[in-house]
Amino acid sequence: MSGARLDLGGVTKHFRGLRAVHEVSFTVPAGAIHALIGPNGAGKTTIFNMIAGVYAPNGGVVRLDGKAISGLRPDLICDAGVGRTFQLVKPFKGLSVLENVTVGALHRKPRLAEAQESANAILARLGLYDRRHQLAESLTLPDRKRLEVARALATEPKLLLLDEVMAGLRPTEVDVMVGFLRELNQRSGLTILLIEHVMRAVMALAAEVVVVSYGEKIAEGTPQEISRHQAVLDVYLGEQEEL
Amino acid sequence: MTADFLLTLAQAIVNGLLTGMVYGLMALGLSVIFGVMRIVNFAHGEMMVVGMYLAWMGFEYLQVSPMLSLPVIAAIFFAAGYVLQRGLISPFIGRPEHQQFLLLLAVAILLVNASLAIAGPDSRGVQMESQFDSYELGPLVFDAVRLHAALAAIAIALLLWLFFTRTRTGKSIRAAADNNLAALVVGLDVRRLYAVTFGVGAACVGAAGALMITIIPVSPFLAVEYTLLAFVIVIVGGLGSMTGALLGGLLIGVSEAVAGLLLQPSLKSMFSFGLLILVLLLRPQGLLGKGPQ
Amino acid sequence: MSFIRRLAGNAPPRILWSLGVLLALLLLAPALLGKYWLSVLILILYFAYVGQAWNILMGFAGQLSLGHALYAGLGGYIAAGLYFHYGIGPWAGLFAAVAVAGVAGAIVGYLGFRFSLAGVYFALLTIAFAEFTRVAFDHWGWAGGSGGLFLKVEHATDIVNLRGGPVLFYYLILALAAGAFILCRALLRSRLGQYWLAIREDAEAAQAVGVPVLRCKMIAIVISAALTSLAGVWNAFYYNNLFPETAFAMGRSIEITLAPIIGGLGTLFGPIVGAVVLTGLGEAFTDLGDVLRIPGIKQIFYGLALLVIVAYRPAGVWPWLADKLGLKERQP
Ligand SMILES: Nc1ncnc2c1ncn2[C@@H]1O[C@H](COP(=O)(O)OP(=O)(O)OP(=O)(O)O)[C@@H](O)[C@H]1O
Ligand SMILES: [Mg+2]
Repeated sequence: MSGARLDLGGVTKHFRGLRAVHEVSFTVPAGAIHALIGPNGAGKTTIFNMIAGVYAPNGGVVRLDGKAISGLRPDLICDAGVGRTFQLVKPFKGLSVLENVTVGALHRKPRLAEAQESANAILARLGLYDRRHQLAESLTLPDRKRLEVARALATEPKLLLLDEVMAGLRPTEVDVMVGFLRELNQRSGLTILLIEHVMRAVMALAAEVVVVSYGEKIAEGTPQEISRHQAVLDVYLGEQEEL
Repeated sequence: MTADFLLTLAQAIVNGLLTGMVYGLMALGLSVIFGVMRIVNFAHGEMMVVGMYLAWMGFEYLQVSPMLSLPVIAAIFFAAGYVLQRGLISPFIGRPEHQQFLLLLAVAILLVNASLAIAGPDSRGVQMESQFDSYELGPLVFDAVRLHAALAAIAIALLLWLFFTRTRTGKSIRAAADNNLAALVVGLDVRRLYAVTFGVGAACVGAAGALMITIIPVSPFLAVEYTLLAFVIVIVGGLGSMTGALLGGLLIGVSEAVAGLLLQPSLKSMFSFGLLILVLLLRPQGLLGKGPQ
Repeated sequence: MSFIRRLAGNAPPRILWSLGVLLALLLLAPALLGKYWLSVLILILYFAYVGQAWNILMGFAGQLSLGHALYAGLGGYIAAGLYFHYGIGPWAGLFAAVAVAGVAGAIVGYLGFRFSLAGVYFALLTIAFAEFTRVAFDHWGWAGGSGGLFLKVEHATDIVNLRGGPVLFYYLILALAAGAFILCRALLRSRLGQYWLAIREDAEAAQAVGVPVLRCKMIAIVISAALTSLAGVWNAFYYNNLFPETAFAMGRSIEITLAPIIGGLGTLFGPIVGAVVLTGLGEAFTDLGDVLRIPGIKQIFYGLALLVIVAYRPAGVWPWLADKLGLKERQP
């Protein structure tokens, strides 16, 4: 595995008159970890959905390693090397934890035995190995979040999109996840873009932060710069004590 | 020649509209139940047939005209629907579709075969004096029975509309249909509302049965056809929409009558199913529906 | 040998032994059983087979079809019509039957999935297509119209033209049921099968991990329709007659769905267990009905039994039974 570079060029998405995302541009270099933050309803998940192919942008283009991927079907975008988690987790409830991750692994390893093998390896790294034969619906929310990450990783992405995977985790669990992601990034060079409200995690992981509000990018910079940025403070004032 | 044909066509449309009102009332029951509980009543045609039999029995054994037994039948259906929902269907709300399907299929089998066991396989109709009366409007002839049935169906639909817009219970049901969770939060008794809804839906189809028996005889084997007919109507009109069900009823009533005139009568249901397929593909939410979700 | 070992996969020896004994008994059945019991067994195998075929679409890929009579009816009519009109034997005819049913499945599937009809809406679309075809066949002279299509009854066994008595048809349906079971097991252990399960559970999440959802659903409905059409061919030559009113009836479609739902959706043994339970109940209630002499009483008991099963074993009889027996059917 190695990372891919992500470019958003003036990406726009409207929902029946609602301007969910408006002309947002930013770049995540190959192998970097960046964060996407902003208040509720700012358009963060919509940006992810456009990168992952759930929606085609109304305008602008998404490039992965220079190749335009916007408008492609989600499975083809996965094929191109984008893995994503869902903010509202979507486990395959009636399947076991192992099967959940195996489905992801089958994408690159069509033989079931090999796919299971790599799924088991990923589960072990995320601390889910002991639960591998449980049905996914029996997992607690933090475990479901971990399962989301495991399943996305199983597709061997070059870019990993993480949508609030720390939400609902206890502080110690956040630290474990942060450690895991940092190690993953260092070892494989995987590019990571994460949406996060847990600022501790953002500060610890992200080299750069993109801030969106009402669908528009209002700031971009290192976590330190962002935390002093007046527009950002205005947006977050009274809403986000952690910052 | 053409004038003659146009007149025949107009007459067919009139008949179709009148029957279509009763179809609409039947479908209304299905639509109300689905709209609120997201349950497809696969036993709808069977309920229709039971309603027709009850009206027939009232006429045959007690000499009560179906129009007069209608309120009683509707009341019985309301009570039965209420109990059925409370006792049997309630746990299945929100369950996978195939389980709901199996449950209502079992109910359907019980209803239709109970009718068969009690009334036998022969087709049963009512012979009223008004059978041969008619009203004339210019060159058009309105069968008395059809006209009365259609007017009664309109009246019942109006009552239903009043119920859903003017009464507390009716408004609460609509609230529960729009947002189950919010309804729970504000403390509506959703279980009771669901039971009332099923009762109301059942009363509609029971009343439609009482009206239908004045137009057409009943046999147990018609049940599946009525179920399918109700599906076609509500999908065309928009599953969950009340006006949609009535509009769909009129549309299917007319299209059946016209298709029966222009093509062979036995081809008329092909016409309806063709329409159903078209609507599902081009506008799955139906003509007046809000959408599959 | 290695084929058999691969087939067995990681199934516990206990199950393999039981299955072996069962298969041996089934092979000997015509010698052991009288005419009546053989006919019951034929019914069980028939429902197990069509149930297995339907289960691929609903149990695996999660798409509810209530119009599978369409594929059985088409299969039966094509093979029987080719034989009746042109003397083309069913072994050749079944290719045409499978092709036509497969195309029909592809059309229904493409229209339904393309326009993302889900759940009840897709089910109603399948019903509509079956009903539409039923009325069309009522008026199609080549297929005999509403008067039906009849094959000449012959008692001499003629394997080439599938003419003969119950024993011939018993072995055919046994082969079909066993073949479908093996096929479904292999499918479940393949990438395609795992993709189907993922789509059944959550299509959006499946697509996000690279599952080509539309293509997988299309393959499911085409395989399911093709297998179902073989049951139609078998049916036509076993009973020697076909009527649109029954071949495409909603009742026929519903019949096809019952064994897997009752037995346990999405499981390999569910359709088989369901077929045993349903046929057993059906036969028992027929006897009871003969004693009681009330029209419809058989169906009333049948309806009550369905009610009890769906109320107390909504996930099906097999998962519960397997639990009791200490077996657990896990997918690989
Ligand atoms: N499918 C959709 N249809 C209509 N509106 C949508 C849709 N998806 C999102 N929106 C709207 O677009 C806006 C942006 O939503 P989005 O989910 O992208 O926000 P977000 O930044 O991820 O918020 P949160 O922090 O709450 O997850 C919101 O106003 C939302 O209601
Ligand atoms: Mg979001």
